Amino acid sequence: MSAQNGQGHRSYKLKVWRQPRGARSGKLVDYQIAGIDPNMSFLEMMDQLNEVLLKKGEEPVAIESDCREGICGTCGVVIDGQAHGPVPNITTCSLRMRSFANGATITVEPFRAKAFPIIKDLIVDRAGFDRIIQRGGYVSVNTGSAPEANTMPIPKDIAEAAMDSAACIGCGACVAACPNASASLFVSAKVRQMALLPQGDAERARRVLAMVEQMDHEGFGDCSNHGECEAACPKSISIENISVLRREYVRATVAKH
Amino acid sequence: MNAPAIKQIEVVDGSLDAKAPGGDIRTRWDRHRFEMKLVNPANKRKYTVIVVGTGLAGGSAAASLAELGYNVLNFCIHDSPRRAHSVAAQGGINAAKNYPNDGDSVWRLFYDTIKGGDFRARESNVYRLAQLSENIIDQCVAQGVPFAREYGGLLANRSFGGAQVSRTFYARGQTGQQLLLGCYGALMRQVEAGRVKLFPRREMLDLVVIDGHARGIVCRNLVDGTLERYAADAVVVATGGYSTAYFLSTNAINSNATAIWRCHKRGALFANPCFMQIHPTCIPQLGEGQSKLTLMSESLRNDGRIWVPKQKGDKRAPNDIPEAERDYFLERNYPTFGNLVPRDVASRAAKRMCDDGYGAGPTGLSVYLDFADAIERLGEPVVRDRYANLFEMYHEITNEDPYHVPMQIYPAPHYTMGGLWVDYNLMSTVPGLHVIGEANFSDHGANRLGASALMQGLCDGYFVLPYTIGNYLAGMTPGKVKTDHPAFAEAEGGVRANVAKLLSLKGTKTARELHWQLGRLLWDFVGMSRSAKGLADTIDKIRELRAEFWQNVQIEGTADDVNQALEYAGRVADYFELAELIAIDALSRDESCGCHLREEHQTPEGEAMRDDDKFAYVAAWEYTGDFGKPRLHREKLDFENVHLAARNYK
Repeated sequence: MSAQNGQGHRSYKLKVWRQPRGARSGKLVDYQIAGIDPNMSFLEMMDQLNEVLLKKGEEPVAIESDCREGICGTCGVVIDGQAHGPVPNITTCSLRMRSFANGATITVEPFRAKAFPIIKDLIVDRAGFDRIIQRGGYVSVNTGSAPEANTMPIPKDIAEAAMDSAACIGCGACVAACPNASASLFVSAKVRQMALLPQGDAERARRVLAMVEQMDHEGFGDCSNHGECEAACPKSISIENISVLRREYVRATVAKH
Repeated sequence: MNAPAIKQIEVVDGSLDAKAPGGDIRTRWDRHRFEMKLVNPANKRKYTVIVVGTGLAGGSAAASLAELGYNVLNFCIHDSPRRAHSVAAQGGINAAKNYPNDGDSVWRLFYDTIKGGDFRARESNVYRLAQLSENIIDQCVAQGVPFAREYGGLLANRSFGGAQVSRTFYARGQTGQQLLLGCYGALMRQVEAGRVKLFPRREMLDLVVIDGHARGIVCRNLVDGTLERYAADAVVVATGGYSTAYFLSTNAINSNATAIWRCHKRGALFANPCFMQIHPTCIPQLGEGQSKLTLMSESLRNDGRIWVPKQKGDKRAPNDIPEAERDYFLERNYPTFGNLVPRDVASRAAKRMCDDGYGAGPTGLSVYLDFADAIERLGEPVVRDRYANLFEMYHEITNEDPYHVPMQIYPAPHYTMGGLWVDYNLMSTVPGLHVIGEANFSDHGANRLGASALMQGLCDGYFVLPYTIGNYLAGMTPGKVKTDHPAFAEAEGGVRANVAKLLSLKGTKTARELHWQLGRLLWDFVGMSRSAKGLADTIDKIRELRAEFWQNVQIEGTADDVNQALEYAGRVADYFELAELIAIDALSRDESCGCHLREEHQTPEGEAMRDDDKFAYVAAWEYTGDFGKPRLHREKLDFENVHLAARNYK
């Protein structure tokens, strides 16, 4: 641990959503926290809060995270009204306390959406995303049956565009940011990745129909072009993906009839 | 413990059968596949296999076994299988495709891996890995993994730490994520087909062994705390490595050793626990309260140049230090490989420079990784194209812009070559218990080469285990064991008692504080350089801390709720036991090899000196009930194809 002389450490007033497991609702609870190094990540600040709570004999705040380098998609809370906080295009774990002025009040709430029920405090259930992928967010290829990798050239720009969409980490910020709690950006990123690539072509129509059907079934809302999803997305997934989703959906529906 | 105590350790030779076939190494896997028994296709659905973990190894195994027709139960601690820590691998995946026409071959990948591992891996396994590497790329491309491509549309390759050929396939700096999403897709397809049943938010807390065979697991449901029993005909553990024992590592916050450690206590030997890779290019610790270290892909070493000031304690800003006053110490010491020496060599060299007072930055615990030359040579757009996301990540964390200021880097615990001992079939010493991916010890010897972890995880899961597990299952009647067997009650009772004990302690230190203390001990004395005295003292201190943990840990909340403090304390309890074994292994391996540098065994320049006459073996430790007296089983390593030689990257 590097020697820090305590100078430059900051204090904050936190308002954190606490909701017991199984409860229908919860409330914002106030906490004071001091001694925060501006280089700390937001989640390390929450770690420190939880250490303080434990020491006082109180139950720590339930909050999820894992890789803490912005790629696993586990973390995600609403900070001062914004999914993943005030800095655009990063995850909660990548957010640093230097982004918050000393003495600021910081409000921390879970991602809110009908399709993301709260499990406890700041932890929500995003299993709906898995069920959407389950319906067709892949190429059906059994292990061992793949052709030699270079038999199918894919133009560099197509591969890069597919990678842009494939970068989605499934965190759910798009849903939390959307006034309708729509999962369109999440679904469209996978649909576009597969629609661009020749490997995805055989199941192209079936995939989009099944994934959209599941999205609706999970209780995610409709897209009405607010664009909040793109603004909140830590991986800068473009809202153009949603246009592709619509086109693919129409194409598949027409082909079916 | 002192040196005589190590001499009291019971040593057993000849007890381990690696089941590695003999003969021409190039045809061993083919012959072995032919010799293995097959399960009739119509019968496969009658067999149930538990797979714990959904990373590259566990996910690929679960999907592939289900495709074959087995009934698979797949568990993970995350809310979704897509979050396993394989997702964070950045740089790439090796394969001996030789697309760049630069002289690569299966033999060269095999040779490089054996040599890179400093001759402490099993030749048969490594050769098979090199052979199957090509199939992995085919499989991933067919799944729609968007690998980097050349303008002609064919796959791009780059060179990667420690290799002189370009054999690394990559998807920007997110290769692990893209491979995992491919694998996750294959897994979810089998969930949809009803052949995989998924159990997220479950933590495996014990292995159930019946009549000597692994027949099930006990899990804690992380939402409501229920202890759940699952029975199967075989168990596959793919729960990753144990770097998190060191507190600060590049691993995820939830990565842990509990599943493999509990398997160890049920009879699975733990091999080479002291082989812990310290990755050279990580962002140095920035301040108090830090929870993890972030790795910067070693691909950066392809274009970045590593240096320190020539003057000790030079505190000038890096851009104010003139060229003539910089020491490019890797290029100076290793002119052939330069900045691309293997990880262990690069890490130790950086540590030496810092220990000698040449370290950069306010703490003196970092070295510079400088892109100024690359930007001048290639232009900023090319550098941006190659490394943009890594530079952004660095900028986000440190608030410094690496396009204009050299990065500061320092080594950090990253990957564990050690793990549960497995034979050529990836089966542990508990029949039926298979261990794949980082959780096993198999292919990397004493040092793993860059871009080889993804290769091994997928190789085990897609292309090895699906065959070898059939050989185990073919001999048995499926579905014999049910969860009402007394062994399940015994295991569940043990887990319940452990949880209750942790909650009852009501001490004054948090698990995090105790874990931090343990991590410091391991980093200082079982880290990049180790000595007999330091290790012996550390073993005593680990025991003291462990005793303190079991008297004084503080956890709030209850067992029947989401309780992250309880989950964490359980994992830390296991680190305290594992840590002692890591130190004992490091003490008993009285040589230097790969990542394991014993200060007593180094050249005057600080290079590792192996002792092949005494230590060309896998150290596989048996739990005896006394953490201080594990029994050592030695698997002798024979090198018939790559001749034992000192590594030289000069």
